[in-house]
Amino acid sequence: MTGYEWIIPVILTVITAATPLVFAGIGELVTEKSGVLNLGIEGMMLVGAVTAFVTATVTGNYILAVIAAAGAGAFMAFLFGILTLSLMANQVATGLALTLFGVGISALIGQDFVGQPVQAISKLDIAGLSDLPIVGQILFGQDALVYLSFIMAIGVSWFLYKTKAGLILRAVGDSHDSAHSIGYSVVTIRYFAVMFGGAMSGIGGAYLSLVYTPMWAENMTAGRGWIALALIVFATWKPSLVVVGAYMFGGITILQLHAQAAGFDVPSQILSMLPYVATIVVLVIISKDESRIRKHAPACIGKIFHPAA
Amino acid sequence: MLFKIEKRPEASQLMVYATPIFALILTILTGSFLFHFLGVDPVEGLRNFFVKPIDNTYGATELFVKATPLILCAIGLSVGFRANVWNIGAEGQLTMGAIVGGGVFVYFHDVDSVFLLPIMIVMGAIGGALWAAIPAFLKTRFNANEILTSLMLVYVALLVLSLLVHGSWRDPDGFNFPESRIFSESATMPILIEGTRLHFGTILALLAVLGTWIMLSKTLIGFQIKVIGAAPKAGGYAGFSQKKIVWFSLLFGGAMAGIAGLSEVAGPVGQLLPSISPGYGFTAIIVAFLGRLHPVGIIFAGLLMALTYLGGETAQINLGLPVAVTGVFQGMVLFFLLACDVLVNFRIRFTLFGKAVS
Repeated sequence: MTGYEWIIPVILTVITAATPLVFAGIGELVTEKSGVLNLGIEGMMLVGAVTAFVTATVTGNYILAVIAAAGAGAFMAFLFGILTLSLMANQVATGLALTLFGVGISALIGQDFVGQPVQAISKLDIAGLSDLPIVGQILFGQDALVYLSFIMAIGVSWFLYKTKAGLILRAVGDSHDSAHSIGYSVVTIRYFAVMFGGAMSGIGGAYLSLVYTPMWAENMTAGRGWIALALIVFATWKPSLVVVGAYMFGGITILQLHAQAAGFDVPSQILSMLPYVATIVVLVIISKDESRIRKHAPACIGKIFHPAA
Repeated sequence: MLFKIEKRPEASQLMVYATPIFALILTILTGSFLFHFLGVDPVEGLRNFFVKPIDNTYGATELFVKATPLILCAIGLSVGFRANVWNIGAEGQLTMGAIVGGGVFVYFHDVDSVFLLPIMIVMGAIGGALWAAIPAFLKTRFNANEILTSLMLVYVALLVLSLLVHGSWRDPDGFNFPESRIFSESATMPILIEGTRLHFGTILALLAVLGTWIMLSKTLIGFQIKVIGAAPKAGGYAGFSQKKIVWFSLLFGGAMAGIAGLSEVAGPVGQLLPSISPGYGFTAIIVAFLGRLHPVGIIFAGLLMALTYLGGETAQINLGLPVAVTGVFQGMVLFFLLACDVLVNFRIRFTLFGKAVS
């Protein structure tokens, strides 16, 4: 077995780097499927991260911390909903506002907690299974949120394509006027989709501050919310591909960290650019085929709905 | 429902100018609650935030110092936003302008010439424009979303700056700090009022405002930008090239942000550092919207947002409040503005018992 033992810790860290992207990406996917583009993921993740961290430090209860992060993310998304769905504000501008606001408010909430350590969420340890060679730790030795991220991805896939409610949600995203005229409440459905996206972004943020780097720092998401947005284009709005993409980006992030640690003769800044440059490259490759994007993107994305009553 | 939202037959011009005021009032009201929540007397908090920083000459000039990069970036962004080109990477273009313009000094630091600063300014504009050319190329050639590409490039630009000041551009006499040489006098923006930090960059910003105003109201390209933004299809029928507009607005926005970056490092900052801007490029997005994408509006909005930076500093010193309050205030202004903007295109009818009362 010697020779490739190093690969197990690498895979384990890839999982930690990918999980926040899975949460944020799957959440935003549902939002976009309902026809709403929320560019505020970065802000919602930050608020989720700080909420989770503060809750965990104060109460010591991690389940409560994750729930609070989901709630905080959903609340931010609710604000976005009020503006874009009820007051019909421009979705692009409002999403940017949500991110700018999230950066500020999370820094304010977290200012007394900067630099404090917190115990990372413990990993699963099933006697026997987790000790299996190679696959043991990867499959049976993760923290609960990793499993939750997969459950969510599968659940969302099932919901969107196998349930009536999912069909309605996609209908609202593809043609809000038709959905409205057969009696579905476009705005209410979108509120739910947007808030689900916010809750998931919040959990993604919680994962950053409780597991990935168990601490709070201003702006600690470092662009992950935006990478999650790019992932959805990459995945052509398919849940399974969002997961694949998240793991690919997780891989690039970790590869870059390991290369730095291994002392490659390349400045660390060049290696740190990799995830961002990779995002651009992937975006270019996918967007090149305009018809493919048009075929998969929800037709009403970003459009304002006002029932002509 | 107690009220319902009705589309106006045409957009209300009154509301276009009134909603920024509403947004401000709402921000101040919410801000009072925020101060109260942070354990500060709201009146004292607001006074320290909005009045104290500018109740003296030095403070008033500082307002213009801080507003300069905001106005420069916002004026560039406003042209793009009018044409629905969402360049949100002004922070990266600002950084690249500082690198390319400031790089001129790094290589010619022993040159003492009146041409040094003008060359640096031009190179700053070119640096910013080149950085913005990447999203423009990727958008027009590969249809890649400019929001995401321009934003990713912010992180890349910041890492390039960090690489340079940690590496070959480090001051040889700087005790190994990650800083470039301190800019010499011929590479520094002239000070306009002795004893303050008010510098020539402010004049550049005002010239940019004036130039943009003329461009938008008097030139063909300005007309095309407005048409494509307001009615993309009409622009298409008129034969205006969407791609040309994308290129123009990104290059223009990048150049303005580049000048902003150069005027910071050749002005108040005085050298290249790993961090040269407290997020001016992002706050400029708020400035552009609050100024209604109008050149004159942007001046007022830029001054107001500059005040939130100064206010944050004053509140930190006098009241012990965290600097992050600035960001919260800035975010709130944009939030409330977008919320109030519903009044431009819609009117709210109050309804009682299902019947309209007007």
